[in-house]
Amino acid sequence: MGELLELSVAQAVARIEAGEVSRGEYFAAWRQAAAGDELNAYLWRAEEGGEGEGALGGIPVAVKDLFCTDGVETTAGSRILEGHRPLYTATAVRKLAEAGASVLGKTNMDEFAMGSSNENSAYGPVLNPWDRERVPGGSSGGSAAVVGGRLAPCAIGTDTGGSIRQPAALCGIVGLKPTYGAISRYGMIAFASSLDQCGPLTRDVTDAALLLAAMQGRDPCDSTSVGIEGGVEAPRREDLAGLRFAVPAELAHDAIEPGVREVFEATLKRIEELGGEIAEAPLPHAEHGISAYYVIAPAEASSNLARYDGVRYGIRKGEAGDLIEMYETTRAEGFGEEVKRRIMLGTYALSSGYYEAYYGRAQKVRTKIAEDYAAAFARFDFVVTPTSPSVAFRLGEKTDDPLAMYMNDFFTVPMSLAGIPAISIPAGLATPNGGGPELPVGFQIAAPAFAEQRLLDAAYALERAIGFEARPGDGAGG
Amino acid sequence: MIERDQVLHVAKLARLRLSDAEVERMAGELSGILDHVDRIAKLELDEVEPTSHVVALENVLRADEPRPSWPKDAVLEQAPDPAEGAFRVPSPQAE
Repeated sequence: MGELLELSVAQAVARIEAGEVSRGEYFAAWRQAAAGDELNAYLWRAEEGGEGEGALGGIPVAVKDLFCTDGVETTAGSRILEGHRPLYTATAVRKLAEAGASVLGKTNMDEFAMGSSNENSAYGPVLNPWDRERVPGGSSGGSAAVVGGRLAPCAIGTDTGGSIRQPAALCGIVGLKPTYGAISRYGMIAFASSLDQCGPLTRDVTDAALLLAAMQGRDPCDSTSVGIEGGVEAPRREDLAGLRFAVPAELAHDAIEPGVREVFEATLKRIEELGGEIAEAPLPHAEHGISAYYVIAPAEASSNLARYDGVRYGIRKGEAGDLIEMYETTRAEGFGEEVKRRIMLGTYALSSGYYEAYYGRAQKVRTKIAEDYAAAFARFDFVVTPTSPSVAFRLGEKTDDPLAMYMNDFFTVPMSLAGIPAISIPAGLATPNGGGPELPVGFQIAAPAFAEQRLLDAAYALERAIGFEARPGDGAGG
Repeated sequence: MIERDQVLHVAKLARLRLSDAEVERMAGELSGILDHVDRIAKLELDEVEPTSHVVALENVLRADEPRPSWPKDAVLEQAPDPAEGAFRVPSPQAE
């Protein structure tokens, strides 16, 4: 059983196809691993699956609880959707099933994808498989923890400002946020609609390409989806000769942990060894990403979350009063602290007298950030940064300081605002500030819109050169 | 600085009931976040077009063909208080 769990998705598909591994045995092995979850990473687990045929034939996939799944409870990590069973399945999940994959389980997450530590789930925090006193990152914390902790072969999540890349970095796995529009958002419970994007969390870059290939494409149910022209193939590149990598000149961000900076700089050297060129490029507005993002995303969220009113689905409270009292009580009891904070922030930013100063200006900053990238991509193929300023932090360390929590997204938010793809790959281990066992560090590569193939090819070459093989010492799944 | 009155006003707009403790805390937290956000007030942005969406798409249309809706019973099954084929809510007017 144990050796089945060692196979990457690509390897497992090949073995299943060749008849060397039985579908039933493979699924049973993962079902057993998932049943041993001690990380609070799963909210629901499937009893059966693994029957499908195709590019992902027989592969179980862990799915963030933000994706609607027909007949299976979908809560988005919120009390307000407790017991909600959607009538339909999200397009991304449906396409995975069409490629032969099946849902292994639904994973825990920050409520409505709002958070960077998974501590905002109404169903309790997820623990990091590398150190159970630390956070797995968020908001796709459950999806990252099950892949890092060998409780699933692969997973999908959503990324609005870093929610795939940051937890992937903190759990030592690969996380890809595709270009906005690459994958349909139909059936994804909305947080900030102009930013939300689905993507894979996997053990390696090849598996990320496999999942992306299955999920991408235009969908009549999401008019903002366009797909990736020419599709996506398994990455093959072995060197980085002739490719130019930009390091933002403004990267002298004083909050980067020394250990993270060391791994980042060692990775830049690897790029040069592979024939890549590295130079500084100005991205002067990227540092305003946090300001713009924490206006735009809450503004969109305050509108999207207006639908949770105790009328059509989810829970209802305060029924004894009038209609307004029912709305207010349902929302007061159904939403957690962070969601309330963002609804308040967004409502304030959109309210009369403040709209121009906050929402209007933030949208203009968004334009400037996109222009910075366009200028950089005129001279460079990629922009690289650490994925997160620190390795996984301790549970509770940042829960009392919302702004400190938001700063985790410093390196991931600008790409979301610009709508461009970015991948985080594990680049090494570093000692956290304050000491303790070494923890994984993510290296982030961003590319122009819809250049996923080039991005995956480069990430693949770099992944091979890095040869990251460390894994959680205290195996989460036993 | 966000004052208590502003917090209460915004909470009312958002249909959120906040406890006294939440109002206090929210005033401080929102002020802290907005202080940081205010850095963009210093940028020169007069000539900049706002971005509301990153994909250059407009007026995505589809054929206007009738198709079945979700079955009414299945939809109502998800509601906290379905009655007579509809969503029942408390009276909008206090008794």
